[in-house]
Amino acid sequence: MFALETHGLRKEFGAKVAVADLSLSIERGEVFGFLGPNGAGKTTSLKMLLALVEPTSGTGSVLGAPLGDRATRARLGFLPEHFRFHDCLTGRELLRFHGRLYGLRGLPLEARIDELLVRMDLDDAADRQIGGYSKGMLQRVGLAQALLNEPQLVFLDEPTSGLDPLGRLLVRDLIRELRERGTTVFLNSHLLGEVEATCDRVAFVKEGRTVGGMSLRDSPDALEVELRIDRVDPAILTGLARFGSGVAHVDGTVRLHVDGDESLPALAGWLVASGVRLYSLQSRRHTLEERFLEIMGDDQRPG
Amino acid sequence: MIDGIVTIAHLSLHEARRRRIVLAAVVCGIAFLVVFGTGLFFVERDLQASGQSALERRGILGLLILLGLYGANFLTVAAAVLLSVDTLSGEIGSGVIETLASKPVRRVDIVLGKWLAYWILTVAYLMLMAGGVVLIGRVITGFLQPGMERALPLMALEATVLLTVCIAGGTRLSTVTNGIVGFGFYGLAFVGGFVEQVGAFTGNLAARDIGTAVSLVSPPDALWRMAAYYLQPPIFRDLQLGPPMFWAASTPTSAMVVWSIGFVIVTMMVAVRTFNRRAL
Repeated sequence: MFALETHGLRKEFGAKVAVADLSLSIERGEVFGFLGPNGAGKTTSLKMLLALVEPTSGTGSVLGAPLGDRATRARLGFLPEHFRFHDCLTGRELLRFHGRLYGLRGLPLEARIDELLVRMDLDDAADRQIGGYSKGMLQRVGLAQALLNEPQLVFLDEPTSGLDPLGRLLVRDLIRELRERGTTVFLNSHLLGEVEATCDRVAFVKEGRTVGGMSLRDSPDALEVELRIDRVDPAILTGLARFGSGVAHVDGTVRLHVDGDESLPALAGWLVASGVRLYSLQSRRHTLEERFLEIMGDDQRPG
Repeated sequence: MIDGIVTIAHLSLHEARRRRIVLAAVVCGIAFLVVFGTGLFFVERDLQASGQSALERRGILGLLILLGLYGANFLTVAAAVLLSVDTLSGEIGSGVIETLASKPVRRVDIVLGKWLAYWILTVAYLMLMAGGVVLIGRVITGFLQPGMERALPLMALEATVLLTVCIAGGTRLSTVTNGIVGFGFYGLAFVGGFVEQVGAFTGNLAARDIGTAVSLVSPPDALWRMAAYYLQPPIFRDLQLGPPMFWAASTPTSAMVVWSIGFVIVTMMVAVRTFNRRAL
């Protein structure tokens, strides 16, 4: 069963379409990156999944229940992009209130708060008012409140925003720990390096629409191969498909994706054996950044 | 459901205490009571010295205590607006609400929890202020204000109407706009009540009916008029003595109480519905 599944979620604010078509499915235990430039509709998408924003149309389920199901929200965690809370509360009081909203009480809640304060390196500041916290400390206490209930699915909206390198490392380690525990993580980000280091799979969002994805774990050695050959016919293209995926014939060259270096000698051997003259064979790793830029196209402007 | 309401109410009360909102209100309230008590003391002393009859003294002191209660009522109304004006709109604006509303808590619980917290504070403030005025009156003049058992619930209902309007406004409006609407709503009631009383006093029925219609849209002033009616000595009531805000030439009936309670319930329902649909 999927941890999260949506079909054609759409959100309009008046005449403005914030999200045109959000269609996703995320496996349980997966660390999923949701990538897109600023203003692409990432936060609105996430808010629809958390029932903070009601979709105009479309359907979806979270942990097997319809979007917005209250009982299911007890098994979710959420860190907003700019975590803010009442300045007058101490870090410990903030966590206590959020714990109560999750239905936690008494000693188990206090023990969980102590554990998270230590994990977030906030135990020294636990009894200080959060109005005096640095941006990084605020983000870390926000992370702690998202994990109070040991959630099965955590939504993190730009979790490293405002964090220094040590803070970023902490988030990275934390996501790794969550994966080891089997927690599903939905990571909203526009930081490609962060996503590449932590996610199993990504989906790209452009102008409010999911426009493709990429696995980062199943085939880390995947290559893009470009061939220049004298003859391209359907039989050759079909034959090439046995060595990889995404075979395409563009401007006299053939491109495909293969799983790794090991495929290349066999591929070249088959072409020669088929009587094709091979002028060049170039292979390269396709980075997330390249894929991102390729999908976003040249019409994107910095957000 | 109750757990959610109680937790949100607890958070709001905790915040009000920590942000020294309660302290500021209590300090200002005590300052008001001190000034009132000092004034009353000197008036009482002069009346004693001038050798006026007990009946005359009682009339003048009764009017002063009523004036004190009017002040207490006004401060409570202002507290009801100022306490609640920012609570939802401020949290929506700052993003605090996102973390709350994504928890397994109904949005209706958030609205009711906040309303409950500020209602407790408002009513406690009313008790402190009105109770203080009556107590000071009793100590200085020996005169115990009658009619409080009927007037206090009406004053509390008046503050509840304004509190509810501001909570409802906060689900839709920004803090500043909501504050303008809250005080505008009270101002409308005040002017409407004034027109109604002057109309009734001068026999101008059109003016009276306009005032009555306004008090249906905005009931706070009508509730104060009812409270003032019970607080006044009968002779003041009959002769329309004292400042116009105490007149009860056109006395609202108990139907106004039912109307106001209905007004609070419907306004809360609108607030919940608006907040349920609001994109956070």
